[in-house]
Order: sequence, then C-alpha cells, then structure tokens
Amino acid sequence: MSHDLSALFDPKGIIITGVSNHPGKFGFVTLHNLLASGYEGAIFPVGREPGEALGRPVLGSIDEVPDGAADMVFICTPQAVNEDLLRAAAAKGVTAAFFAAAGYREAGPDGVEAERRLVALADELGIAVAGPNGQGVISTPSKMCAQIVAPYAPAGRIAVASQSGNFVSSFLNLAHHTGVGISRAVAAGNAAVLGIADYVEWFADDPETSVCLVYMESVDNGREMFDRLKAVAERKPVVVVKGGASDAGARAAASHTGALASDDAVFDGMCRQAGLIRARDVEEAFEVAATIATQPLPNGERVVVVTTVGGWGVAAVDAMSGSRLVATPLPADLHAAIDEKLPPRWSKNNPIDMAGGETRDTVPEILELAASHPEVDSVLFLGLGIQSNTAAMMREGEFYPDHGLERIVDFHERQDARYAEAAAEISARTGTPVLLATELANARPDNPGPAAVRSAGRMCHASAGRAIRSLDLMTRYADWRRARGL
Amino acid sequence: MSITLSEAESRRVVAQHGVPVSPFVTGTNTDDVVAAVAADPQVTYPVVAKLCGRAIAHKTERGLVRLRIADESTLRAACDDLLAAARPDDGDVEVLVSTMLDGNRELIVGLNDDPQFGLTIMLGVGGILAEAIRDVAFRLVPISAIDAEEMIDDLATQRLLEEFRGEPALDRQALIDALVGLAAVGEQEAGIRSADLNPLILVDGKPVAVDALLEVDEAVAR
Repeated sequence: MSHDLSALFDPKGIIITGVSNHPGKFGFVTLHNLLASGYEGAIFPVGREPGEALGRPVLGSIDEVPDGAADMVFICTPQAVNEDLLRAAAAKGVTAAFFAAAGYREAGPDGVEAERRLVALADELGIAVAGPNGQGVISTPSKMCAQIVAPYAPAGRIAVASQSGNFVSSFLNLAHHTGVGISRAVAAGNAAVLGIADYVEWFADDPETSVCLVYMESVDNGREMFDRLKAVAERKPVVVVKGGASDAGARAAASHTGALASDDAVFDGMCRQAGLIRARDVEEAFEVAATIATQPLPNGERVVVVTTVGGWGVAAVDAMSGSRLVATPLPADLHAAIDEKLPPRWSKNNPIDMAGGETRDTVPEILELAASHPEVDSVLFLGLGIQSNTAAMMREGEFYPDHGLERIVDFHERQDARYAEAAAEISARTGTPVLLATELANARPDNPGPAAVRSAGRMCHASAGRAIRSLDLMTRYADWRRARGL
Repeated sequence: MSITLSEAESRRVVAQHGVPVSPFVTGTNTDDVVAAVAADPQVTYPVVAKLCGRAIAHKTERGLVRLRIADESTLRAACDDLLAAARPDDGDVEVLVSTMLDGNRELIVGLNDDPQFGLTIMLGVGGILAEAIRDVAFRLVPISAIDAEEMIDDLATQRLLEEFRGEPALDRQALIDALVGLAAVGEQEAGIRSADLNPLILVDGKPVAVDALLEVDEAVAR
C-alpha cells in the first residue's frame, strides 16, 4: 500500500496549529522556519489567542481558513486537542498532516491509546499522518522548512527518511558542509501511520529525488520492509544506516546457525539481498548518498588513481584492500597515451603518480584518458588544492602582490578550479565516476579546489580512504543491479 | 514447541532437495547395519558410525560418534558399543554409517527462523570452528542462484575457497546448488525452524554435508 504524500512534501498551503507570540514555542519556530526558507504557498497560523506572529495574522480557529486553501496541517498543539483539530483540517480539504506534537506512544499507556485513536482517525479521514513526536519535514523544491528545529538545507537530489530527528539534522548539516543538497527530508517520529517504507516508496516516484537516505533503529515487520525496500532499490539507490547494530552476542539457540544469527549479521544479509547500500555510520551514509547523487554509477571494480605525489596513491590502494575495488594494471594503450603527456619519471603504473611532471593541461588530459578508457570503471584524483594552498600562503604573506606573486597566485587558483570543473565535465560526459579527495575539503573549504567541486554540485571527499569507501559501496550496488539485469 | 529430527531423517529431507550428503546407511541392530554397508557400494571404508535418534542432537558430546572405522569387524564392535550406550529417554535409535570423507576445508550451512525477518539461510566458514570465526553471510529464504553466489562472495575468507594445499578451488556452482537446495527445504517443507549442515566438507572442491540436523515444529513432525 503506497500513500500519496505530495501534500506532505509539496503542499499548496499549510495550517500550523499552536502558534503563539512566544519565540521559544514550536508553533512560532515552525512559522519562522517556513518564512525563513522562503515557502511560497499560503500559511495559516492558528493559535489559542488570535493576533499576530512574525507579522502574520494568527487565526483563532481552523474554521477561519478558506476551504481548499491548505492541504497540509502541521500540528504543534497538545495531544488532547489534536483529534478535533485534525477533523477541522480535514473539513477544509487537508490531506496530509505532520504531528510534531508529543504525548503519544512515547508517553505511557494514555499516549499509546491516543496514538491508536490517531491511527484510526487518520484512516477514517483519509489523511496521511507523519509523526507524531517528530521534528518535521523539509522539501527544497517547495522551499519548505516545516520543522520545529534547524537547519534547512541546500537544494539537491538526496531524500532523507529517518527514525531519529537528530539524524535528519545531521544529514542536513552535512549537506550544508559539503554543498551536496537535499530534495526532501522527514523525521518519522513514532511512525504511527507512515513509516520508513512509505516515505521511501514515495521518493522512488519523486522526480526531484535520485537517491534515498535512511536512518533506522527498529524493524517492526522485517519481511514486509525487505520486500518494499527491495522494490525501491530496483528503481533508485537506497542508502541505509542502522542504529543499535552492534552485536548483542549470540542468542540462546539450539542450532549453530541460530548461535551465529546476530541481529547485525542478519540485517546485513537482508541489505545485500535487497540491494540496500548499508553504511557504517551517519557520515559515511551521507557521503555515499552524496556521491551517488552527483556521479554516474561505475560499471565495475577497476579503479585508476591519479596523484601528483606518491603517498596519497599508496593510501588509496591500501584502502581498496578488503573492498570490491582493484587498482587495475594500466592497459598498454592507456600507458602509452600517458607516456606522451608526462616526463619519463612518472610512475608508469597505477596509481598514476605524475611526480610533479604536470604542466598546464596535464591533469585534465590524464583524467580524460583514464575516464574514457573502456577498461577503467572509475577514477580517483588526489592532489586537488595543493597549488591553491601554495597560493594562499603567498597571498597572505608580506610580499604579495609584488615580485610576480599576483600572477602565479592567480594561475595556481585557476588551475585547481579547472581540475574540479574538468573532473565534473569528464565524468558527466564519459559516464565514468571521477572522485576527488583532499583534506582541504575540511581544512580549507574556501580553497579554490574544493570550492570549485562544491560549485560544480559535487562531493569533495576529505580523504582517499573515504572516497574509496563511497566508491566501493556504489560499486557493490551497481554489481547488484547488473547481476539482476537492472 | 519444536523437535529435532534424527540425523538420518534430516539427511533424507535435505538430500531430496538436492543438497549433497555423504553416502550413508542405517540400521537398528548390528547385523542389519553391517549387511547394509556390505550391500551399498557407495558406502566404503573407512566409515563413520553414529548413534542417532530424534532426542540425540549432540552426538559428539556424548561420545556417540566413532571415526575412521577401517573394516567390518571394527564396525561390528562399534555398533554394539553405540547401541549399548543408548539410554531409555533417547527413544527410538539407530546406527548411521557413512563414508568418511577427506577434505581440509569445512563450511557450515544452515537455516534459522529469525524473529524479525522469518526464515533465513546462512553460509559460514569453519565447521566446528564456525562460532569462533564468525565469517558468515545470511539471506532471507527464498533465495535465487544470484543471491547464493553473492553469499559466497560475501565471505571474508575468500582464499580458503581458492586452490588450497593441493585441493582444487571451490566448485562454486555446486555450493550455489546446495544453498538453493537448502533454501528450498525451508520454503517447501512444513514447519522448519532451523537447520545445521555442519560441517559441509569440500571434497575435491565440491561441498558434501557429513552431518545434518533439522529442527521442526512438533505439530508437523510425524
């Protein structure tokens, strides 16, 4: 059973309940965040005391909302009044609700009963109910930050569904940090009606989304979830990170197989079978989602590493051990073509260590040769930002801009920007992923190298190892698809 | 409640679904057992003799397994010993005699009814050492041949599956067939709660189960 969630993610008008003038209250914060994110639909704040909040009129009752003007209600009111409010909203044409309100299952026996009634009422009214006890929903195509907390996020193609609101915020913060943006994000809260599978199924049909990113802790109906998420993974990549995954130890079991069936091992196998991309932690989950959202999928496991100096290449190859990836021996024709571009001291091997032999056009040319070769499935470039880092010291020193420094600083910075732009252009054109990694992405995000990666809408990884990890997970998913003729 | 089928019953069920098991015969008295071995050209010395019955799940711990029996007179003595070791609460028992297979590499394959995901199938490295090594891959039953192949790929100890100490590499297709066969046991036989094929010995690269234990719902166990 698949729900139409378009009124939740792209509402034409939103009723917010529980709005007051108090800037510490959820209703106020939600109104603020919606206005701050630039939401362009109609907003109807409703509160116990009619008046004004943030310059907007606060209505005394949902009855005052024009019929059909709102299709979503955001509930910040106490549990006891919410059933009446939901009925009133439904009468106005609302078809989706986000319940930020708490006081449900998490709040003891009375709350359990209230949640049971809410589920029945949602069914009776035909309303898609998110939450309760959730932090909210964001949707960048609608410029909508309907959340009781920050942040909003830059626009992009990653859709988040999370059983923890905190981790929605974590993913959104990482989107800000990397510049790789979000299409939709929702905290499932208690998931009384809508659960992870419902959201992800909707994302599968969403033209604004190219990859789903899921945080989950509990699995209620494992078999059904497996079937539904597998059906989504056949259409779009789904990245999963699971909390509470540590091995609680062997169960009391009569069989050896039972003794080996830790929750983690079984969950891991379920993910492999369903084509879910399982990440180890939230950061890795975001990075692989961001890489998938902005790069083509690799056709296989053969990686070519391009470096300006040796050590990084070694680290990249080390990171491949225990992964599906291999630093493929250079095909003879590729070797010969690179010989034409570099002085004889280059490594003549993979990693392609240019050993400082590069001139103005060498890096884009080598990336192009590697990415367009049929026996190369992905490319990793290490060395972005070094020239600009040199330039930064020159720019900040006392001799700038004299002694020719202005000219060389300008050259270095243009070169790094060019490398980033070339990597994006080449991978888009050849269909081969070209990943970039440098710690400058964290240490000096304003460096023209990583900054240009951001401007190109791509993920600049903070280390070779992390780029390889994202690439390995992507490659596994691509393998899963290929094995099934997808 | 569930009960465990005897090793002989378990072997017959999994073999019906295409899981290779070592050649074996059974009998309830020494004369029958010896005659059955003599009559079956596939059961060849050296052999293993075990006392088996539904109530006997842990034969090794009770000393009910006799290995490397080289000839008929030794087999006869072993059968007498094993049958004498039966206790009243073991219920119906019989002696199972199977060819003693050679192979340095052992795997474990099994089924387990998971509280979250229902019936799962497992492939692991190690036979009796499996619980220490914990190099395992699970899938939900049913599985496709592709799933089975990916289970093999998921094992960390891939070098054990390559050529090893003069033994050929794992026949991957044979292991895929065994996994798909065991999954079919879980899917098609009623009331399966768990299964252990432990160990599955690689003989000339081909997996052969030399022990089998099926746990089934009491209601469906005839």
